[in-house]
Amino acid sequence: MAAFVAVLITVIAAGFFFLSRRKAVLVSGGVLASLHSRPGYHGFYSFLWVTLFGAGALLVFTNLSLHPALALGVAAIAGIASSLNIRAETRARNKSEKIVTGILFACAGVAVLTTIGIVLSLVFETYNFFESIGWRVDKFLFGPRWSPLSGLQDGVIDPDRVGIMPLLLGTAMITGIAMLIATPIGLFAAIFLSEFASLRLRGWVKPMMEVLAGIPTVVYGFFAAITVAPFLRDTGGLFGVNVASESALAAGLVIGIMIIPSISSLADDVINSVPQSLRDGSYALGATKAETVRQVVLPAALPGIFSALLLGVSRAVGETMVVVMAAGQGANLTANPLEAVTTVTVQIVMLITGDTDASTAAGPAFSLAFTLFCLTLVLNILAMRFVRKYREVYE
Amino acid sequence: MIKMKTRNVDVFYGENHAIKDVSIDILDKTVTAFIGPSGCGKSTFLRCLNRMNDTISICRITGELLMDDEDIYAKSVDPVQLRARVGMVFQKPNPFPKSIYDNVAYGPKIHGLVDNKSDLDEVVEKSLKRAAIWAEVKDRLNESGTSLSGGQQQRLCIARAIATAPEVLLMDEPASALDPIATAQIEELIDELRHRYSVVIVTHSMQQAARVSQKTAFFHMGDMVEYGDTTEIFTNPVDQRTQDYITGRFG
Amino acid sequence: MINMAELSKKHRSAESAQRLRKRKASQKRLVSYGILAITLSGMALATLLWSVLGKSAGALTEHHIQLEITLDADLIDVENIAQADFAKLTKNMLKSRFPFVSGRTDRREMNDIISAGAAYELRDLVTENPDMLGQTVAFDFLASDIADLYFKGAYGQIAPAPHQGELTLSVDGDRVSFIASTDDFAPYLAPSRARLLMRADELRIEAGLQENGRRVFTEQGNPAEAAKRETARDARIAEAEALEILAGQPDGFFEPDAFTSSIFLKLGQVWVQVETISANAGTGKILGDVESSIFAADEWQLLIYEDAPITRKVSDIQAILLENLREEGRVSKGINTHFFTSGDSREPELAGIWGAAVGSFWTMMVTIIFAFFIGVPAAIYLEEFARDNKFTRMVEININNLAAVPSIVFGLLGLSVFIGFMGMQRSSPIVGGMVLGIMTLPVIIIAARAAIKAVPPSIRDGALALGASDLQVSMHHVLPLSMPGILTGTILGMARALGETAPLIMIGMVAFIVDIPDGPTDNATVLPVQIFRWADFPERAFEARTAAAIVVLLAFLFAMNLTAILLRKRFERRW
Repeated sequence: MAAFVAVLITVIAAGFFFLSRRKAVLVSGGVLASLHSRPGYHGFYSFLWVTLFGAGALLVFTNLSLHPALALGVAAIAGIASSLNIRAETRARNKSEKIVTGILFACAGVAVLTTIGIVLSLVFETYNFFESIGWRVDKFLFGPRWSPLSGLQDGVIDPDRVGIMPLLLGTAMITGIAMLIATPIGLFAAIFLSEFASLRLRGWVKPMMEVLAGIPTVVYGFFAAITVAPFLRDTGGLFGVNVASESALAAGLVIGIMIIPSISSLADDVINSVPQSLRDGSYALGATKAETVRQVVLPAALPGIFSALLLGVSRAVGETMVVVMAAGQGANLTANPLEAVTTVTVQIVMLITGDTDASTAAGPAFSLAFTLFCLTLVLNILAMRFVRKYREVYE
Repeated sequence: MIKMKTRNVDVFYGENHAIKDVSIDILDKTVTAFIGPSGCGKSTFLRCLNRMNDTISICRITGELLMDDEDIYAKSVDPVQLRARVGMVFQKPNPFPKSIYDNVAYGPKIHGLVDNKSDLDEVVEKSLKRAAIWAEVKDRLNESGTSLSGGQQQRLCIARAIATAPEVLLMDEPASALDPIATAQIEELIDELRHRYSVVIVTHSMQQAARVSQKTAFFHMGDMVEYGDTTEIFTNPVDQRTQDYITGRFG
Repeated sequence: MINMAELSKKHRSAESAQRLRKRKASQKRLVSYGILAITLSGMALATLLWSVLGKSAGALTEHHIQLEITLDADLIDVENIAQADFAKLTKNMLKSRFPFVSGRTDRREMNDIISAGAAYELRDLVTENPDMLGQTVAFDFLASDIADLYFKGAYGQIAPAPHQGELTLSVDGDRVSFIASTDDFAPYLAPSRARLLMRADELRIEAGLQENGRRVFTEQGNPAEAAKRETARDARIAEAEALEILAGQPDGFFEPDAFTSSIFLKLGQVWVQVETISANAGTGKILGDVESSIFAADEWQLLIYEDAPITRKVSDIQAILLENLREEGRVSKGINTHFFTSGDSREPELAGIWGAAVGSFWTMMVTIIFAFFIGVPAAIYLEEFARDNKFTRMVEININNLAAVPSIVFGLLGLSVFIGFMGMQRSSPIVGGMVLGIMTLPVIIIAARAAIKAVPPSIRDGALALGASDLQVSMHHVLPLSMPGILTGTILGMARALGETAPLIMIGMVAFIVDIPDGPTDNATVLPVQIFRWADFPERAFEARTAAAIVVLLAFLFAMNLTAILLRKRFERRW
């Protein structure tokens, strides 16, 4: 119904466009130059009035559960009002441009609204959750035990069971393994591509990295669960080592592979933007290419590289699908990467998709998400700082 | 004494014939200036002398280039090692993003010129002194090289080149990015360096060439038009093109 | 004192040459690390694609089994064909075709070779052609996932084994005893022997435990209990000894079980499942019609199913039935149309990606409307109209941060704002599309700004000089020129959104939805979420389907990326 009304409003708007344009021509008495704005702008102005008022009314009426067709009336009144107002000196062009600029501005504002929406929704639920555990934020942050939904009585959550320490450590372990894989491979690949590789080789490797970067995370998750985890388990078995089928190693390894391209392409950009004059200076002193890279280019690019690594960490921390499909679900406190650990994101998914009453599960889930949001935000801000520092030196 | 000798050198950038049949003798303990209008090939030729053009893949060089009668383009000569013997200073100062000390110590370290820290300290001090910047930086050796002023940075780059213990110093318009006071300091420094090194300087300023050099070569559209004593070239040029350039008809 | 001139000479020394060799070697090392890094990435990519492609091949085909079925007019109401029990009809048909299959378990296993969906397909066929009623028709029944995998060789196969001897048979009811003139079966007894010995070992361990108990009770002065333990101990030891003797006998009889290879005889056309066997003799159950069968002892075959029943989903009886049907030429292999045309299903052979693909389509439609028509105006505003003030800087920082927020957080935003606050429909493409739209927004804004920025100021100045307003310059000149760049960025953003899973799980698009969605407000799932769900299912046949769904998803992504690249190439402009 609402969609149908929206179409009708558009039709009415189009009608008023032609009506107002016609009227502007009549007002001008055939001498178009006597108008301040060309007839099309008068039409456009009416069009904007009708659509804006119509859409606004439609939104308000549907939310107040009034009949949406009432919006048609509002739209028509707006159209009539705008077309009655047409004089030769009406600055229709300026007015409609103001409206359009306003619309553009509103669109840019959506980005801010999104952030506000994220923060508000996370903070709201987190606040409620903290209140329900008597503001024992210390237990939330440092408690060693995470099983918020076990032993629930009347939906009251026990503060002793909401310690996120095991989740943070699990996330840290998987992120650590991922970075251990991605950092050397990504950086060496970037160094090789930017300093040593021929144009032809670059032409092959760059698309390969883009393919690797473009593969959806769910595919990496499938790869981790179906190929990598059984492989690790069997290999471990050969050496008599017991590897859990949902080991932190498998998830970390695959996330590592996943973030190689982002690290290598960011680092590649940074290395490429180190001025050639520095390289020339080093070559002129009789340094080899490798010495130049190690002692001049890399130190110069260090802040940028550091920021690339931070963004990699941020991605690994926020990664969901790979860990949901390949990491464990029980909150273990362990330092052994061959055992199953769980992560913040896995627990969010489990809480939201679980059987527990949504209002009870939302508290811990949103609190975890808020923690995750803060964590990645800090990483991103740090990364941006480093990039800015890097730019200040060379740009 | 002849330090470097070139015979019939041609340089090509892809299809472009950048240097045409240049033969020149560069003397030891002498400042030789390459002058000429921009795009005449003087910088290109300078970069042949320490094989910096090797880093450009489309660049091709023919002819003979000798240093102490040894072919520097011979297979047995490694450009890396050649560049240690033929130092270079660039148009724009390019200190590394390291401390002043590390900037100067970079060359001696990679070439293993000294074995211990105190020797290295000595080399650094000596080089900074020769580059006439010691007094200004001796209390701030651990500060970043990029924190210096433009003229200081360029002298730091000269110190950096000296520390590698070269025999020849190439300078590609070393003062063009500097203010007049810094330029004067650099010119004074070049005059000092003449006593120990063979210095080749590319410059677009004829006054500068006249002030600092003993020998001058005039380049024009890839040709070396005229080469001789600086006073001779400036007072009594043989070629019409040289005369036109010096009297300011083009440039 | 250091003499710099002396240092100069070092450059020409042998020591320096040696040092240079070391330095070059170190350079080679760095280069080889780089090559290694790239090779490793390439190998990771190749392994990933290979494992997905390799696994997906199994989902490309499906099997049908052609069987005659009598559409008994008594059982089907002509007025109400849809309500008739075609499943029962099918079961009855199987029962009469294979009368020798008896017992509840065997019957159930027999019914399981045909897909549960086959009955519905039969129903649809009869509904369309009511005149078939009362007739006997040959119908292509869709094979179940187990049968399909058996035909594809996923469970190993029954292979003929060499034999030399003559076979002497004696038939008694549905059982047959046989004696071979040579020790043809000897090689196949080893697993059974090993099983006996293993069981004997277990018994001896149990006996040891009983012995412990006896000792403890004796010490405690409880002779009654101790005696009980002693009896139990002796019984186990005796049993173990008997088993060991049996295993050691060269002419002993063994019983193949779930843990050993299955042994079959084929006497002419009739299969016999071997139940007891020695080196040259044994007994078995006839899997065929005893009355009408011709037992051809002179052309007998020994067949071994290497994989023990416990290791495979297909049972012995199912394997034999399927072999029978295959020999009769009733099994046909075809392209797996269900996979491309059906919605989700619990039965692997019926499950398809069409529902998820349509869900993805609706979701992407909403996403593109949302992200493009908000993102591009926002980019125009920021690039062309925004003054450099606090608000603009805040928006910019915001956009950069949003681009790096984990996707799952956007899902929670959708859950609390769109579903919780605005009361929109869970699991619907419209909510999913809006969530992905918000997530893609920063990507599109950043790409669009870059494209707009690439339009040189000279074009703006030219238009402004002709008296155009700022808005006219943007709309008439800048926007059309930057459109290829904006579209490229949009397609790449869409490709990312198409592969996104986590936020959609948060808003409930992970539900089990069989129907194909008709519009953006229907319940739906999307391709990546479908992949996630299937990857979690235990049935082995889902593995191939998951991989195939991934191949389809990757094909879409590849096509989108290729379009973006071509677009970029086509409209690449140097100003």
